[in-house]
Amino acid sequence: MTEPTRTPSSDLAAAGGAATPAAASPPVVPAPETVAHRSQWSDVWRQFRRHRGAMVALSLFVGIILFVSIGPLLWRIDPTFVDIRARNQGFSLAHPLGTDQLGRDLLARLMAGGQVSIAVGLTAMTIAIFLGSLIGILSGFFRRLDAPLMRMTELFLALPLLPLLLLMVTLFREPLSQTFGPALGIFFLIVTAIGATSWMQAARIVRGEVLGLKEREFILAARSIGTPSHRMVTRHILPNVMSPIMVAATLGIATAIITESALSFLGLGFPPDFPTWGRLLFDAVDQMVLYPWRVIFPGLLISLTVLCVNYIGDGLRDAMDPRIRGR
Amino acid sequence: MLTFTIRRLFLAIPTLLFISLVIFLLLEASPGDPLGDVPLTVPPEVRERMRAALGLGEPWPVRYVLWLKQFFWVEPLYWTDQWFGTNFSQGAQRIVSFQSRSPVFDVIAQRLPQTLTVVGMSYVIGIMIAVPIGILSAYRQYSLFDQIGTFVSMIGFSMPTFFTGVVLIIVFGVNLQWFPSVYDTTLVVRDWDSFLAQARQMAMPVTVLALYNAAQISRFMRSSMLDNLSQDYIRTARAKGLSERKVVLKHALRNSLIPVVTVIALGLPAVFGGAIITEQVFRVNGLGQLLISSIYANDIPMVMTLTFIFAILIVTFTLIADILYGVLDPRIRYD
Repeated sequence: MTEPTRTPSSDLAAAGGAATPAAASPPVVPAPETVAHRSQWSDVWRQFRRHRGAMVALSLFVGIILFVSIGPLLWRIDPTFVDIRARNQGFSLAHPLGTDQLGRDLLARLMAGGQVSIAVGLTAMTIAIFLGSLIGILSGFFRRLDAPLMRMTELFLALPLLPLLLLMVTLFREPLSQTFGPALGIFFLIVTAIGATSWMQAARIVRGEVLGLKEREFILAARSIGTPSHRMVTRHILPNVMSPIMVAATLGIATAIITESALSFLGLGFPPDFPTWGRLLFDAVDQMVLYPWRVIFPGLLISLTVLCVNYIGDGLRDAMDPRIRGR
Repeated sequence: MLTFTIRRLFLAIPTLLFISLVIFLLLEASPGDPLGDVPLTVPPEVRERMRAALGLGEPWPVRYVLWLKQFFWVEPLYWTDQWFGTNFSQGAQRIVSFQSRSPVFDVIAQRLPQTLTVVGMSYVIGIMIAVPIGILSAYRQYSLFDQIGTFVSMIGFSMPTFFTGVVLIIVFGVNLQWFPSVYDTTLVVRDWDSFLAQARQMAMPVTVLALYNAAQISRFMRSSMLDNLSQDYIRTARAKGLSERKVVLKHALRNSLIPVVTVIALGLPAVFGGAIITEQVFRVNGLGQLLISSIYANDIPMVMTLTFIFAILIVTFTLIADILYGVLDPRIRYD
């Protein structure tokens, strides 16, 4: 972008007579252009790219997402296809990662399982972040709502989450799978259960940020020209609390994926013929002595995904912290 | 400080009542039937009498208040009877499990030692690993040690315990045959040999949980140490000629431990929750395993009591963390 300023005027003159008036003041013209291109997010991205771990993690995470989304289009074996004659096979060309005790292809199952696991992680995170930001903004912005909403947050923080999750999933799986079908019903149940029990941290962080923002001059200015509350929140508060929300969202994906796999691992997740990474691990534990790979692959994928997401969250936090970004 | 503690204690009571109500209503809304295993040949009137015998005939508010009375009044009375030989609890009904037909607290008392030894050991070991790593990482920020430590602790809390546990079982239990992969609860430590056996069977579950805890605590230790090492008073301590050892291990460490201690206190209930999974992996016959088996069996009194005990743990340790913070750090004023 800075090239035109460096271009000697003689070159420009050689290019054509039309360029001569522009060449009279070369350094002034491009400068506003470069400034106009800088936004908060491009700054964040520039800083994020400097975090080597986060960049490696981001490319790995994109790779994993491509593996589970594009993979099934290329590797066209049905993950639920039972081929009893080909059961318990090792690595081969027909089944690169072998088959399980019913002869189902492990590679296809890992892809299908990853779709569900990542979908659960993203959806549960979206619910949790939506709830958390809503409660955080309401309680930070409206003084009258602050005390009751924060009491509620503290109550939720005091709930024993894993036992309650186990309880919710076992108790409501039957009625929900009857209304929505076994797969979709359990998906709704798990996603809602995880989302409804993990919004508290986000709410606290957002509330703290909003409380700080409310004292700033631009809020006072906006208020003095008569901005109504709802526009105040959407135009002024929300864009300014975006960065902590995004960091919390990234880390939320990691916890949601781990929680779903833990539920599946305890046998309380998705139904058996419906692969997720946690379920694959759980199914393979019985035969881990003979076929350790069937445990290792899904476990590695869970750990790798969570590790990537955690690193991305770390990089985002650094990139969005203006104290570090200035450097 | 005292008024703060008392106020918090009074606030804890409605919190706990609310949580118990939530758990109770959740169980109440469940479609599961504790009589689901009773054969269909049993006539309906007998079935009705069985329900009444389990205490399911009453409307739910009555049963909720009854449970509260049993938990907060009858059980403590029973324990005082046990300890002092009195008989206050004569004729009062204790909370009875649907599944084993024995008092819930007797079953819990049987399972508690296993959970406490495994969870307690793992937490202590985790702290003992985490604190030195955190100190060194912060002291040599961005050194090779720090970067490896950061990476390992990142991996440590990204790997779910059910995966690390299974991997340890495959490597050390199956291939190398160093440790037994199933926890034997009937083992009694009597002599040196049985002590060794106990240590061997505890090794893997404790390692899994300890690594997971160490990963989290060492991150806190590092950042808290970093905060303190850049403070003015550290420069002063160095300037007046104190040895580096004294500066780091006395001045910086003492102040850095304040937030870490509260994190440790706050994390303890979560460790009990996380132990549910580890107990399942290693077949440790503890509280977590009891919770899962009673959820499967629709054993409502047992599930209710256990979940509520977890809630009590969380509320208690949050309170302890808050009080500790005030006691340790004179800059914090609650009043």
